[in-house]
Amino acid sequence: MALDQSFVGRSYPATAPYEVGREKIREFAEAIGDAAPAYTDAEAARALGYPDVIAPPTFVFSITFRAAGQVVEDPQLGLDYSRVVHGDQKFVYTRPVRAGDRLTVTSTIEAIKSMAGNDILDIRGEVHDEAGEHVVTAFTKLVARAAGQEG
Amino acid sequence: MTAKISYDDVEAGTELPAQSFPVTRDTLVRYAGASGDFNPIHWNEKIAKEVGLPDVIAHGMFTMAEAARVVTDWTGDPGAVVEYGVRFTKPVVVPNDGEGAVIEVSGKVAAKLDDEARTVRVDLIATSAGQKVLGMSRAVVKLA
Repeated sequence: MALDQSFVGRSYPATAPYEVGREKIREFAEAIGDAAPAYTDAEAARALGYPDVIAPPTFVFSITFRAAGQVVEDPQLGLDYSRVVHGDQKFVYTRPVRAGDRLTVTSTIEAIKSMAGNDILDIRGEVHDEAGEHVVTAFTKLVARAAGQEG
Repeated sequence: MTAKISYDDVEAGTELPAQSFPVTRDTLVRYAGASGDFNPIHWNEKIAKEVGLPDVIAHGMFTMAEAARVVTDWTGDPGAVVEYGVRFTKPVVVPNDGEGAVIEVSGKVAAKLDDEARTVRVDLIATSAGQKVLGMSRAVVKLA
């Protein structure tokens, strides 16, 4: 069944702050096999003009996706999460995420479409630091495939 | 923020060094832990096949992270990436044969966007087993 259009524009309360740790950034950089010094060496990061190590461009997704859980698990919206695949992902940065950041995410439903029985949900996650400054916006498109459609 | 590539040194069509990124089941287990995405289709063959996939597939966000490395290695400053987006078109299938899969990524400067801000758009092509795995893969990068 198509999702309720009246949810378009709905924003969810900002999440509790997520504190970005140096070792978490290191673990993520190792997992993607990326040895760039700015991810693990504070001196190298400072040489590039940052106060501490920075995170790879896609790191913040773990935080914004967890925040998007408020939307996908909203019982009123009624999305069948077992049929959801990730369609598109985009990040728009004001500055890179860095160790010591305490980040909150405000998720908003940008669009709901129905195509060939698939429900398509666009979620915007605005990420701010403790000072209230914008860090990055994550745009996530989720596609809930129609029941009975495989592959 | 100090990218090592100068805006003045690139033009539309400038190619970035292409790279190949191997991905095995071990890689996916490690990425699951680091990212917190424990969806079993990324490590459990039985469940992957039950939902209609040919085998275990890589996290789309893992592929997106690898493709970004062609850009961040080029700029020398990962923080120079101001915008980055992809469409997940095909999954990267990762067989349990010790070899896994390979993600091949190439990129080129598609356009110089803003002389003042010194930004360019880089278009990326990511393939695995001959199939395009990302579509509309684009980054906006601030150069020196």
